[in-house]
Formats: sequence, C-alpha cells, structure tokens
Amino acid sequence: MASIVVKDLTLTYGSVNVLDKLNIDVAEGEFIVLLGPSGCGKSTLLNCIAGLLDITDGQIWIKGKNVTWEEPKDRGIGMVFQSYALYPQMSVRGNLSFGLKNAGLPRDEIDKRIARAAKILQIEPLLDRKPAALSGGQRQRVAIGRALVRDVDVFLFDEPLSNLDAKLRSELRVEIKRLHANLENTMVYVTHDQIEALTLADRIAVMRGGVIQQLADPKTIYNKPANLFVAGFIGSPAMTMLPGRVENGAGEATFVVGAERIPLAGYDGGGTGATGRDAILGVRPEHVAIRTGDAPGVPATVDIDEPMGSDSLVWLRLPNGQTISVRTSAEHGFKPGQPVRLAADISKASLFDRETEQRL
Amino acid sequence: MSNPATLGPAVVGGAAVTRDTARGARPRRTLSRRNIMLYGTLIVISLYYLLPLYVMVVTSLKGMPEIRMGNIFAPPLEITFEPWVKAWAEACTGLNCDGLSRGFWNSVRITVPSVILSIAIASVNGYALANWRFKGSQVFFTILIFGAFIPYQVMLYPIVILLREMGVYGTLTGLVIVHTIFGMPILTLLFRNYFTSVPEELFKAARVDGAGFWGIYFKIMLPMALPIFVVAIILQVTGIWNDFLFGVVYTRPDVYPMTVQLNNIVNSVQGVKEYNVNMAATILTGLVPLTIYFISGKLFVRGIAAGAVKG
Repeated sequence: MASIVVKDLTLTYGSVNVLDKLNIDVAEGEFIVLLGPSGCGKSTLLNCIAGLLDITDGQIWIKGKNVTWEEPKDRGIGMVFQSYALYPQMSVRGNLSFGLKNAGLPRDEIDKRIARAAKILQIEPLLDRKPAALSGGQRQRVAIGRALVRDVDVFLFDEPLSNLDAKLRSELRVEIKRLHANLENTMVYVTHDQIEALTLADRIAVMRGGVIQQLADPKTIYNKPANLFVAGFIGSPAMTMLPGRVENGAGEATFVVGAERIPLAGYDGGGTGATGRDAILGVRPEHVAIRTGDAPGVPATVDIDEPMGSDSLVWLRLPNGQTISVRTSAEHGFKPGQPVRLAADISKASLFDRETEQRL
Repeated sequence: MSNPATLGPAVVGGAAVTRDTARGARPRRTLSRRNIMLYGTLIVISLYYLLPLYVMVVTSLKGMPEIRMGNIFAPPLEITFEPWVKAWAEACTGLNCDGLSRGFWNSVRITVPSVILSIAIASVNGYALANWRFKGSQVFFTILIFGAFIPYQVMLYPIVILLREMGVYGTLTGLVIVHTIFGMPILTLLFRNYFTSVPEELFKAARVDGAGFWGIYFKIMLPMALPIFVVAIILQVTGIWNDFLFGVVYTRPDVYPMTVQLNNIVNSVQGVKEYNVNMAATILTGLVPLTIYFISGKLFVRGIAAGAVKG
C-alpha cells in the first residue's frame, strides 16, 4: 500500500505555476529524497504534503486517506525543519511534549513517549535544558525527537542538515539512516545536497521548475540519468558533456566529435536508433582512463592536477578546447602539459539528444 | 614567544626597541586628543540638557522670598518641601483645591486600561497580519497604517459626535476608547514587524504540533515577544500620560487628566505666580514617564529568540 500519494498537485501563486500537475507515489516505509536546486519547488511540495500550504488543485492521500483538506496535525505526519524551529522559551522536554499536550494525551503516556524518543536520540541528559544551551547537532536531534514522539508513520524532513557543519552533517546523516532502518517509517526528505540524496534515499526525485525530472533509485539516477539536467546536477565533479553527432560507421553507431570517432558498440542499446542526430555524450570522471604512449583513444593534454587524498582529479584539455575531468589514483605521475590519450568506458556513459535533452 | 630576542635582531645591548618587544594588548591612551574632544563635547551637551531640570528641582525646593531674589541657578539656602505638598494636595484649579492628586488618579484610570486594551488588541492584530495572511489582509494593513498619517485635528470633532452618540462623551471610558483606537496603527505596525521577524518555521512547527490560532499566540509568540511588549508599553504609557489634546477635548473638569490639570494650575491667574509650586507640579507630572524609562530600560532583553534559529 502506498503511504503517500500525490495526485495532479498544482500550486499557483498569481500566474506562476510553482508546482504543475505533479504526481508521486511513496511506498510504505520508503525513504524518498526530493532533490533539486533552490527554487525548484521541492520544499513547496513538502509543505503541501504537510498541509502548511493550501494547494490550488489536485489531491494528497496519506495512508489511504484523502487529507487534501485536513489540518497538518490531522495528517499523521511529523516534520523536521532546517532551522530546527525549537520553541526558545520551552525546555527540551517542553518542546517534545508541546504537540502531545495539544493532542490531549495523558501525562504518563507523554512521559513514556518522551523517554523513548530521548533514548533513541541520546538526548536524555538534555531534557531540562533550553534550546539556546544546545549545540546545533543537539538542537536538530531534539527537532527530530519532536517528530518522533508524535508516533506517526510519515516523517517529513526539510533540509534538516543544511545548518550543520560538515562533520556533524555526516554524523547525523548516518543517524537518520539508522533511524529509518529501525523505525521503518515512510520518510520524505528535501535536500539540495546530492551526497545526502545518494546516501539516504531508496528513491530520489530530481526536481526542476516544479516538475519531477526523474524518479528512480540512486544507482539509476547516477548511472542512467534521464536527461541532461539530471546528468549535470548529479555527480561531483560534474559529468563532462561532449557535443557531437551520432553517425553510422561500418555497421555500428559511432559518436563523432571533431575529428575523433568513438564507437558506441558498448553503449546500452548500441545507440543505433540515434543515428544521424546531434547528440551529447556524457562521461563521468571515474569512467575515463588516461593512457600514455601509442594506446588508442582521444588525444588530450594534462592541464591541472587536483590531489584529493584518496584519489586525484586530473583536468585535461581536449583538441577542441573543452576541458574534461578524470578521476584517477593518487599516484598517477602525470605532469601538466603532458600529452596523453583518453579512453572512456562507453557502457557507463550517457547519450542525450541535443534538442530534447532526453537520454537516447 | 617568551623570548623577544628571537623575533628579530633589534635588541642591542639589552635595551629593547619597542616595536620588537610589542606583546599582548595594544596600549590605549585615555587622554588622547580624540577622547578629550569627544567627552568634552558630550559633557557640554548633557549639561545643556540637564540645566533646565536642575533649575526646576532647585526652584521647587525654595521658598517664594528666596525665588524673588532672582538667583535662579543658586542652590536653595533653605530647603523646603512645602511647594511639593502644595502642588500635590492644595493647589487650586477653578473651584477644586485638591491639587494634582485628583488629576494623577484620573490619569492612572485613563492610562492603565488604555495601555492594556490597545496592546492586547494590537498584538493580536499584528500576529494575525504577520502569520495568518487572509484575503485582503494587505489592504486592511495599508488602511490601518494610513490612519497614522491623518492629523488628529481632522478627527477631533467627528469623534466628539461619535462619543456623544455612544453616550460616553465626557467620561473616562470614552477617552480610553479614543486612546485605544489612536494607538492601533503604530502598535499594529510594531507587532506585525516583530512577528514577521520570528522564523516562519517556528510557526509551521507549532501548526504541525496541533496548536491553533490562539494556541500559537499564547504559547509560542507571546513568550517570545517580551521585548516588543516592553517597547509598546513604554510608547503607550508615555504617549497617553503626556496626552493633553484628547484629555481636554473629551473629558469634563472633574475627570481631567494630570496634564490638563497641570496646565490649569500653572496658568491660573489669581494671586501671585508661585514658581516653586509650578515647578514641583511639573516635575510630579513628568515623573511617571521618567520612572517608566528608568525601570524598563533594563527589561530590553535582546536575543530571546536566539534559541529558535541557529545561534
């Protein structure tokens, strides 16, 4: 059974369609990440699901119930915000119990739930402190606890880790993943950070301009991006895009870029259907090998070397002037200015139509 | 850096050059030209402002014969509190000879309900306008703010008619209503701006937690708004206490506020001008706003909302 169903959701501000006929089904216990650049409508979608924004058209179902017109508190959701949004004048205990008191729960039940949440999140020693006396990480734990005590099936996260420093962020990321594994709740998580998306999600919805570009598991999103936008947005450093043309050469499709011809035999589907089209070939830095000597491949010149500790990122210049980044081992020994040859693993590359920007 | 000599070769024969031994906080000269200019100017300006107050206090403590000698800056030769007693309890305005005390209590009866009522209504207004945007709220707000720019004189007579029709003309109730209405534009603006600055996510979190309009107002917003309430109280208490125009127009002599009564005492033309009594009466009238400033200054607590956002 689907936990959250969004049907034809449309949200209009004046004449601007912020969300346009958006559909998404979230399965029970699934971890969905809404990913996209700022202003793509991901937080807006989350607020619509939470009931904090009135929608213009469409429906929202949670756990088989049409909640389109329900108040946030009646939707069976817990929400965690980017700025933590803790009530400053209340202690941690007060923050956790506020929603439960509003719901009219008996005292012992409230205490029981707070104790359980505090134990899970390891915030027991902090219960009597004020939010101002907590560190950023502790505050976000309390904010998660506030969703936890509501004992709901759906958790909504609105960029919960964006305000934390890098170290805390990776720590809490693991904790959220563990939390999901233990609780098996449905979670909808909004972020602009692709690492968070790739590490946490069961499925990622990449959004742009109020439209979902691709909804798939992280592996598919990374390896088989549905269009040029997804390909360029996911991956750091970004995929290198080579504009060229697909031609028929000796019975198989060949990608022609400048004077170079790259056979597409290894490409998913062979690329034969795309013959004669202007296309863009996208290759990720780790799918290109640098070779020296007379090995076959596209000629290039080493430009800059960026050592990153565990591996190294080498930027090279192609004959047509374009730069390409290649991830290689830390001890590669390439010098700037050195002429080399590049061989891309075509089976892992992506081919896009230059006009429609869709994957071929 | 325990040994300055390692820093450079400038230590010659044990006599260290200042630059190379510099260490710790940079020395500051208290009596620099800049400081003398700055504090000198400040002292002169504050003396200029304090002088009238000094003259008032000194004069109010003198007897009439001493005042007639004309040395207005001289401290009193013989300190007497009689003018104060007279100003408070005996000075005459028209037929009443019970001094300012009557006006004081009238002003209290006007100020307290006006302040409470106007702030209570304006804070809810501001909260609703900031967080519960309803259709036409922007228009409503604009009209309300527009009210702040209409000169009082334009509305004086229409309000007289309104109050008469309501049957509260000349009563304290009527004056309280007038003060409450006239405080509305500026106070609503004050509260709306404050509540807009409260992080929106806090409001959203409270909604998810199931708090309604009043729940969020009383349990979340009100406790956070203490600083702005203090500001509003200062504004209203001083504004309403110092009001003269509405007091004289909308009330009758027996319920005149303190300011109107002060005017009547100072301007009464029978007999000798009792400068000492006038001075004492004026200080007494100004005492309430003055006290409010002194007490509430410390209550300006900043950063109460610091815990809500990343601090």
